[in-house]
Amino acid sequence: MKGSDVVIEHVRKSFGDFKALDDVSVGIRKGEFFSLLGPSGCGKTTLLRIIAGFESPEGGAVLLDGRDVSPLPPDARHVNTVFQNYALFPHLSVFENVAFSLRLKKAPESEIKAKVAEYLQLVELQAHAHKKPSQLSGGQKQRVAIARALINEPSVLLLDEPLSALDAKLRQHMLIELDSIHDKIGITFIYVTHDQQEALSVSDRIAVMNAGEVLQIGTPQEIYESPATDFVAKFIGETNLYEADVASVSGETVDLSVDGFGTVKVTATEPPPVGSRVSWTIRPEKVRIGLEEPKSARNGINAIAGVVDEPIYSGFQSKFYVRTPSGLVLKVIKQHADWSDDGPEIAWKDSVWLSFSAEDAYIVEVKR
Amino acid sequence: MKRVPGSSGAQGGLYAAPSIFWLSVFFLAPLAIIVAYSFLTPGARGGVEWTPTLDAYRAIANPTFAKVTLNTILVAIGATAITLLIAVPCGYYMARSERQTLLLMLIMIPFWTNFLIRIYAWIAILGNEGFLNDILLATGLAKQSVRFLYNRGAVMLVLVYTYLPYAILPLYSTIDKFDFSLLEAARDLGASKLGAINKVLLPNIKGGILTAFLFTFIPIFGAYAVPLLVGGTESYMLGNLIADELTKSRDWPLASAISLVITLVTTIGVLLLLRANGNAVLGGSGDGEPAVSEPAAAIGGSR
Repeated sequence: MKGSDVVIEHVRKSFGDFKALDDVSVGIRKGEFFSLLGPSGCGKTTLLRIIAGFESPEGGAVLLDGRDVSPLPPDARHVNTVFQNYALFPHLSVFENVAFSLRLKKAPESEIKAKVAEYLQLVELQAHAHKKPSQLSGGQKQRVAIARALINEPSVLLLDEPLSALDAKLRQHMLIELDSIHDKIGITFIYVTHDQQEALSVSDRIAVMNAGEVLQIGTPQEIYESPATDFVAKFIGETNLYEADVASVSGETVDLSVDGFGTVKVTATEPPPVGSRVSWTIRPEKVRIGLEEPKSARNGINAIAGVVDEPIYSGFQSKFYVRTPSGLVLKVIKQHADWSDDGPEIAWKDSVWLSFSAEDAYIVEVKR
Repeated sequence: MKRVPGSSGAQGGLYAAPSIFWLSVFFLAPLAIIVAYSFLTPGARGGVEWTPTLDAYRAIANPTFAKVTLNTILVAIGATAITLLIAVPCGYYMARSERQTLLLMLIMIPFWTNFLIRIYAWIAILGNEGFLNDILLATGLAKQSVRFLYNRGAVMLVLVYTYLPYAILPLYSTIDKFDFSLLEAARDLGASKLGAINKVLLPNIKGGILTAFLFTFIPIFGAYAVPLLVGGTESYMLGNLIADELTKSRDWPLASAISLVITLVTTIGVLLLLRANGNAVLGGSGDGEPAVSEPAAAIGGSR
């Protein structure tokens, strides 16, 4: 693997009274596609700017391959950035934008020509070398920004919401392209985004951030399937998140008594003691919905009756908000498979049965 | 200037009438008089006699004229360079500041006081019995009063002071539109702080620098009051020469010829600069015209 490992140790940063980063520690491996994911104002961009050298941390250190780079200015770090608004130099052609760092190094003209051509080819822009940035589309500008950052052969590439200015279709396309560039180049990518879909689809690992803290670091599967906090559960994907009291524990199966609703069986690897107040979650796509009461009442299956409050049809799937007699509302997503699987149509005001396995429902946080 | 879409030629002429009238009566006619006078014989007590001659242009070849021209060029280049060196950082600071309105106010405040009064204020500060000398003598930093006034340095100082706002304002408005993340991008790609300013900031604010240059160089080139009031014999400038030819020597044709040469030289210089920089002045389309006409008007002015 090329690239560097990046270690963030106890980094703190505030702007006036606002704590942008509060004792943040993250370890990023060599060659990894690592995402910093969180809502705006969570500190992810500040952390990226600290790694790039545009901001200096008030405490802690940034280690690149074990060396503390926090006192170094941006031009002395072997790290390059793809900026959110591309930040292409408007007075220079595409060629000169990409050649910028080579010219600063006073590289020979022949080397500049060859390398710029190589990197323009990587982003498929050879035909536009002579154009000015103002003559390019958003996607093309993005590619120039990527080529310009990569030509320096950095050991880490920082990407600050690089796709946020593009429309949805182009975003998907550029995401796949970024992933393939990462596979070709093999250096460490640190990708800042507020879009959980983007982060889930390309990252090797993700750090979920909120209010200046890192809440969870893990693979997309870990983050999605076993969120560490209520915030992570709500921020990543759609979810049902409720509070409940622990009624009884047997092995890894926990019976929860949900307020005004009854008992629900969930799984916990480290079950909290009986009487604890907890939050628990079940993903909407893991709940089955049907008009008839589920027959296989085997152990560990929760079956709940309710009425469809609102069905939302969106082609490949439908989402239902189902209200239980106690007033609790569960979100359910049903994929439309083929004719044999689809069953009778479920409509507004239908009485339905919901069922889900205890193995798909998790305790997220122990409140007390 | 772009034509307003849909306006016919006749209507256009009607709309342009006031400015055509203004330009003819107050700019073209006086210019024509100056051109005509420069080819005539001086009258005994000022004015002209209607005998055509090239004497005025022969007189320009005189070494005194060359010396004054050289001095004027040196003062204008020096004062403009100093003004721009101060104005670029000021404009940059203003554009990045959070208190832009306050700073703009501070730039405008000197305009509330008459230009001549502000020159006399400098005399009150720099004079032999002025404010500055009072301090120097009182603190014992100087044994006898220092002669700050009546030399080229004093002329440059007051010229820089006078034209600094004219340079700061266009620079501020250009730098305000500059995307500062470009500087970070340059630093990210390996440029030093100074390198980022040279390679990215300056090329992108070229239009503002050119405008600031024109707004300062041209009026300073025609400066009259400042060298008259705070300058000495060594800092005699073309503006003073014209005034003296007109009022003391009473050689109106020579004064006209000198004026004409200054006008021609600056106009050709401005046109060449504008051409080299395309439409960059004042940030581009449509705004090119005031940039040309205003300094051109300033040439005729007696500052």
